[in-house]
Amino acid sequence: MNGTRPAPVPADPGPLPDDASVDLSSERKRAAVDEILDSLDRELVGLVPVKTRIREIAALLLVDRVRARFGLAAQAPSLHMCFTGNPGTGKTTVALRMAELLHRLGYLRSGHVVSVTRDDLVGQYVGHTAPKTKDVLKRAMGGVLFIDEAYYLYRAENERDYGAESIEILLQYMENHRDDLVVILAGYADRMETFFASNPGMSSRIAHHLEFPDYTLDELAEIGDLMLAGQRYRLSEEAAAVFREYLARRMTQPRFANARSVRNALERARLRHANRLVAASGTLGKDDLMRLEPADFLSSRVFSD
Amino acid sequence: MRITQGTFYYLPDLTDDEIALQLRSAIGNGWAISVESTADPRPQGNLWDMWGLPMFGHRDPAGALHEINECRAAYPDRYIRVSAYDSRHGRQTTALSFLVNRPPE
Repeated sequence: MNGTRPAPVPADPGPLPDDASVDLSSERKRAAVDEILDSLDRELVGLVPVKTRIREIAALLLVDRVRARFGLAAQAPSLHMCFTGNPGTGKTTVALRMAELLHRLGYLRSGHVVSVTRDDLVGQYVGHTAPKTKDVLKRAMGGVLFIDEAYYLYRAENERDYGAESIEILLQYMENHRDDLVVILAGYADRMETFFASNPGMSSRIAHHLEFPDYTLDELAEIGDLMLAGQRYRLSEEAAAVFREYLARRMTQPRFANARSVRNALERARLRHANRLVAASGTLGKDDLMRLEPADFLSSRVFSD
Repeated sequence: MRITQGTFYYLPDLTDDEIALQLRSAIGNGWAISVESTADPRPQGNLWDMWGLPMFGHRDPAGALHEINECRAAYPDRYIRVSAYDSRHGRQTTALSFLVNRPPE
């Protein structure tokens, strides 16, 4: 019954004539792309290679839109991506922004993100994996499927592991439903490398490999300022210097997780700040409630050795 | 005899694009879509076989459309219908149901 009757024709003005011209900047405005790119620049510190690639993708999709208006239809580009980087470098945050951006550019229909890990894809017994993976894929259609720590999908030591089955289905959908969903794999660089080495089919189907560099000390301090501003706190001048010193020490210690460590440090500083205010039990002004002092950082374990 | 039933019984068969639009509106209402098939579409005394589970939590019709096409490929000679289930308290019933496949004449 499919195709027994032509679909109702939408109000399509038809392709533009060959000698027409299109104003690219008005097209940009219509898609409200700049808004997202600017907020990306403003709210995400550093990550220059990532931002460059996102701008390139946005430009490509924009030009494709204009080309389509001239009737120069090209195949929709493959936008499956892989994000590699150390913990706390912003992979999940960028994935959320990416979904929003692709939605505005008309590449994705709904622009939601379904975030999963191995547990959500791989089953526990024979015949369990395929329906589970397919269900997740179907839920992600129209948006982004974000697979965190994707290398866990493949366990080299156990060749009867169900992860391989899940990967096979993923590949099939990535190929056949290219305009329905974007798959983003994320993980730490070295382990993603081994994952791709054992799954060459996966590597070649992913067009964009984005590497998230570690943050520098300046960038970390800036991230801290942004986080504090968001929570309506601020650092006193001395505290700013102490916080920098704190970050410099923390960076050299084990289990440093970039922006996540910054957030944890600020959470603990807030605890000490509150504790200090309660202990002092005097009258408080608005500024006292917002200002973090060096003491809030100095009692940290980071400074004790 | 040509059998018609469901919400759009009085209309010609929907195209895939029209089905996608109906599914989109159903998803927008928070209804869960399911696909069913049968060889015998008599309205009484007959149960339809489910094709997979109802699709709760979908945000886009592409997933349901994919299942419809899988079902068509598996049972080209059966009647296939989609139903949208409204799970809200006080309703809890099929809100929309229409045929998407009929056996070749």
